Amino acid sequence: MGNTAPAITAHLRRTWPGFALDAALDLPGHGITALFGASGSGKTTLLRAIAGLDRRTTGRLAVGGETWQDADRGVFVPAWRRPVGFVFQDADLFGHLDVRGNLAFGARRAGIADPDRRIDEVAARLGLEALLERRPGTLSGGERRRAAIARALLVEPRLLLMDEPLTGLDDRSRHEIMPWLEQLHHETRAPILYVSHALDEVARLADHLVVLEAGTVTASGPLVETLAALDRPPGLGEEAGVVLEAVLGERDATWHLARFDFAGGRLWLPDTGRPSGAAVRARILARDVSLALSPPAASSILNVLPGVVEDVAPDTHPALALVRVRVGPSCLVARVSRRSTAQLDLVAGREVWAQVKAAALVG
Amino acid sequence: MLSHADTQALLLTLRLAAVTTAILLVLATPAAWWLARTRSRWQAPVSALVALPLVLPPTVLGFYLLVAMGPHGPVGALTTRLGLGLLPFTFGGLVVASVVYSLPFVVQPLQNAFAAVGQGQLDAAATLRAAPLDTFLNVVLPLARPGYLTAGVLGFAHTVGEFGVVLMIGGNIPGATRVASVQIYDHVEALEYAQAHGLAACLVVFSFVILLLLYGSRHVRAVRP
Repeated sequence: MGNTAPAITAHLRRTWPGFALDAALDLPGHGITALFGASGSGKTTLLRAIAGLDRRTTGRLAVGGETWQDADRGVFVPAWRRPVGFVFQDADLFGHLDVRGNLAFGARRAGIADPDRRIDEVAARLGLEALLERRPGTLSGGERRRAAIARALLVEPRLLLMDEPLTGLDDRSRHEIMPWLEQLHHETRAPILYVSHALDEVARLADHLVVLEAGTVTASGPLVETLAALDRPPGLGEEAGVVLEAVLGERDATWHLARFDFAGGRLWLPDTGRPSGAAVRARILARDVSLALSPPAASSILNVLPGVVEDVAPDTHPALALVRVRVGPSCLVARVSRRSTAQLDLVAGREVWAQVKAAALVG
Repeated sequence: MLSHADTQALLLTLRLAAVTTAILLVLATPAAWWLARTRSRWQAPVSALVALPLVLPPTVLGFYLLVAMGPHGPVGALTTRLGLGLLPFTFGGLVVASVVYSLPFVVQPLQNAFAAVGQGQLDAAATLRAAPLDTFLNVVLPLARPGYLTAGVLGFAHTVGEFGVVLMIGGNIPGATRVASVQIYDHVEALEYAQAHGLAACLVVFSFVILLLLYGSRHVRAVRP
């Protein structure tokens, strides 16, 4: 992880009457990059452009040192020659083939070694063994998505593109698929671009975050840093907040709490049953963090962390401000009233106590 | 009950319908694909042109085809130069006329079937390494199979039933252009009602069986999950 040169460099443009995509990106060649934005922000357009599905896209795209398109040099590698796997939002399984036929379609054409064995392996990994002889029309929404993920994996892509693989599914199906996605994250060497408009999915899965607004990239960087950056506001509104990566420590059976050890501090959070030692993430929304100049003497709030104000920025509403507080090497973001920032004199360097009212363990 | 001439007319009819349908399925495939997917401004005029035989009286169609294929028509000039002679009053002329006459009955079901294949399926095939022709043969054609069945049956049945165009183009030459519908007409003209009945009944039964097969296969598909 870390210092490799950007493996995906792109500057892609596509215009329609009333909308233009103009996205410049440098993305790492590993892990999950979330393309996040509201609907209509151009996420799916960008993903399709990267796959080569829209021939009217102009600009440049290079993946792993190979040029896939370059309008200036007249290069455009057609979609079927790009080594991508694509998981479509509505799965788009072939209705005339059973699940095995769907999985074999790409596997055969991609020329992977021993396709029949691989199909069985990937089907087992995604829990599809019992469904291989079924037609797509007889599958549930969650089963269809899993089959679509398996089908995309079986071309052994060098870049996996996923367009909202959880959107439109009920909670049960989402919970059914999420573990497969997390497993994929750890097992697949190919980088994954994951389109989503749900920040809880992004917080759980992504390593890298790209925020799209009205067809342009407004923020791009490692997830934890990008969410904590106030100077390049990702425009998350109510969902502003940070993600902390940590290890589950001691579990307190009496109060059903688990200790969450992150770089710079610890939080006690409701025990979700994950074992001690598990690597987890917690998402802390800015609205759930308040600031005080001294440690509260008697408070219902369990988690109080000492920190230093690093930055203050205006929030979406003129009455509110976002304050970034450094806690050791980690950061929290608090949403406070601008009057409080004046009364408490919250400026960079001020020592404060951050009270964390709630945090959600996400994976 | 059927005379030798009747049987000959029936067999000729079936041969004409089979040849016409085979040619139409080949010709209509690219046309229907283009009509289903293009955003060209020529889509509407071409659609109207293809549908024209649906509304024109067969005699009008037959008249223009006769003129075009005649010694002074453009098609006639071409076939003469190619050493094929003139097409009117030959089986070949009937085939050409039937292809034009039955064109919309084959193009339109195919066009609907192609339009029903979503862009998503084509995109999925492309990201699974299928080149466009591969996608057409292995995704579009299988998905459009019901459309081909409908197109084939309608094209065949419609050609079997043609009369006006045949009369204009083919005349009434036994073994070459005298098809069943013309033969029935001749029987009626000659007041041979019994023989007209025999041949007419054959066509009724044949048409019913064809349509039964068509709707039966649809019913089976609809009932299956």
